[in-house]
Amino acid sequence: MALETTVIQNKLSDKFGDKVTGFTQVHDIFTFEVDSASMAEVMGFLKEDAVLRFNFLTDLCGIHYPDSEKDRQFAVVYHMHNWYDNVRIRFKCFLNGDNPEIETATNHFLSANWQERETYDFYGIIFKGHPQLKRILNMDEMTSFPMRKEFPLEDGGRTDKDDRFFGRTPDNC
Amino acid sequence: MSNSSDIKIVDAPEGFEGNGFFATKLDTVVGMARANSLWPLPFATSCCGIEFMATMASHYDVARFGSERMSFSPRQADMLLVMGTIAKKMAPILRQVYEQMAEPRWVIAVGACASSGGIFDTYSVLQGIDKIIPVDVYVPGCPPRPEQILDGVMKLQDLVRSESVRRRSSPEYQELLASYNIS
Amino acid sequence: MSDLLLPPEHRYAEEIKKRQNEDGSELSILNLGPTHPATHGIFQNILLMDGERILDGEGTVGYIHRAFEKIAENRPFYQITPLTDRMNYCSAPINNMGWWMTLEKALNIEVPKRVQYLRVIIMELARIADHIICNSVLGVDTGALTGFLYVFQYREKIYEIYEEICGARLTTNMGRIGGFEREWSPAAFKKINDFLEEFPAIWTEFENLLSRNRIFMDRTIDVGPISAEKAISYGFTGPNLRAAGVDYDIRVMQPYSSYEDFEFDIPVGKSGDTYDRFCVRNAEVWESLSIIKQALAKMPEGPFHANVPDYYLPPKEDVYTNMEALIYHFKIVMGEVPVPVTEVYHPVEGGNGELGFYLITDGSRTPYRLHFRRPCFIYYQAFNDMVKGQMLSDAIATLSSLNVIAGELDA
Repeated sequence: MALETTVIQNKLSDKFGDKVTGFTQVHDIFTFEVDSASMAEVMGFLKEDAVLRFNFLTDLCGIHYPDSEKDRQFAVVYHMHNWYDNVRIRFKCFLNGDNPEIETATNHFLSANWQERETYDFYGIIFKGHPQLKRILNMDEMTSFPMRKEFPLEDGGRTDKDDRFFGRTPDNC
Repeated sequence: MSNSSDIKIVDAPEGFEGNGFFATKLDTVVGMARANSLWPLPFATSCCGIEFMATMASHYDVARFGSERMSFSPRQADMLLVMGTIAKKMAPILRQVYEQMAEPRWVIAVGACASSGGIFDTYSVLQGIDKIIPVDVYVPGCPPRPEQILDGVMKLQDLVRSESVRRRSSPEYQELLASYNIS
Repeated sequence: MSDLLLPPEHRYAEEIKKRQNEDGSELSILNLGPTHPATHGIFQNILLMDGERILDGEGTVGYIHRAFEKIAENRPFYQITPLTDRMNYCSAPINNMGWWMTLEKALNIEVPKRVQYLRVIIMELARIADHIICNSVLGVDTGALTGFLYVFQYREKIYEIYEEICGARLTTNMGRIGGFEREWSPAAFKKINDFLEEFPAIWTEFENLLSRNRIFMDRTIDVGPISAEKAISYGFTGPNLRAAGVDYDIRVMQPYSSYEDFEFDIPVGKSGDTYDRFCVRNAEVWESLSIIKQALAKMPEGPFHANVPDYYLPPKEDVYTNMEALIYHFKIVMGEVPVPVTEVYHPVEGGNGELGFYLITDGSRTPYRLHFRRPCFIYYQAFNDMVKGQMLSDAIATLSSLNVIAGELDA
């Protein structure tokens, strides 16, 4: 029998109360928000519970919302997948803009290791308890976090591009 | 062995021919020899590397142009083929490989990324390898077809054929290397 | 360029050296990559070696980081397909189709059955092309060049089919929102049929060359094994997971593009070693051929694109003569298409596993955030675990059989 979303919602609400909120169905995936302080606990529950059995961490990534209020400027999104009942869920943890910190998921899934490093590399989100949190894709010497919205896409050092021909003001990069 | 008679042999350079002798310039003989045995060093990083795989495989067969032997050691290579995006993280390594190559050395930038950064005008991508090493031939395309890569090799052969044996010790060449901080 | 940095091996070597001192024995450090000829693709592994045996290692990636996700946030939706091409360039059409399906999910577009079948055909061709590269190059890495030269001829035939359909060979940029840019020509179908006729003999020959070859078996059996449990924890998907004995395949778990209409088996291995990965890929090629045959046989009649004028470019002759078409054309080319505020995750079974697109839109002309779940990136982190205790030459075979595509790995 397939795992109903109401079962997921009830189980989580019973166990974690108001730390788990905002249950909605977005397209084909059941989505909710988790208080960032209890992320690891919730993930462990989702994985170990005999009914929920979300045995696979599909994806982990960050998002930057610079225009939101201070406490919700960063989000880490987790996609989990229950292979037994073939149900996917997605949950988000919102983090503080000045001090984005969240617990690591590496204790539950080995695959979280590099994905968290990538998220750190892109957004500067600190994963507490991560075995080796350092940059992965960019150079170690880099000081900024390129996926933050304020970071420019283009290489600032280019001299062969005349901005006038691209309909742009010169100081756009 | 093939018995067909249409095997092409490189034409003799210009010179004076007589009974039992042939005289020409040293430059042209050396150029001819070099041009027809360019050992490529494939520096493949991404998509263009897959097209190069096709170029060196059976269908296109780069060996027809005297590049039979892929040299994976920079020490024994003449022609550095840079195929694919060079990220800034990769730049020092590419440069090190170039520095390890012995003179005379030639470089082909295969594909848009190696030539100019291509569609990846981003913070992490080197905007053309000519920012760090001198390039002889640029092959456009994203990725170029194997025919284009072969055309690039042939263009380079033309350059090599006509290159003076003294070019590498000329002040102009030294100046070029110095402008890239390569000693 | 004064800001060039020292090659990174100098930095990471220190970390491993510390372990060496504690141990006290005579160990050595080997820097494999990033441009090692045997690692086609640019990965660096600093290995701690006891003679020929690998004790530990650390992988460094990012040598071809091109900032796909950052570019995607700055491009209109239809300009993102060229980025997906360049991610897993061995099987670009799967990425293209995956991206279009993600968008169609976000926009609630239903595509005609015929388009779905055509997509299945092109995706399976791409899977074959992908597996041809992986398996033949695994042969090259274990010393068998012949197979590579045989099958690459037929990879060219797949390229010719791509060319007939979209005009490009490798980075295809194929399709549009709602379907294909044009009807497939009779020549394309002829080429596919020819391929289906000729390829099985070649693939059988290739299998005969390698799969029961004593040397090849010795080089690959029990090399780089991984248990099913560990593979799942490491986030393995695709052929590499199936080689470990788990029959997880998105095409069956969450059928997209009408995969539910076709009969096919999911080949699984047992021990998750290099040989099993080779065999699973081999078997998958046969399944793909069978799927293509079924799709051709069952091909329904119908249009080659959905009727969605907001997103699908009108025919060029209409643009010149018809006001409405001109407006649509202009809006689509400028990227001003109506996109709802939503978020979707859409997985497809890529050449290497679950290729996922996580798209967040905010109603503007570009995605607010687009994250690619890149299977290579996620499973490559298991590499050090897999080669621990193995010989150096086994590490090469293992890496080759994992089919790690640098472009996908480094985003």
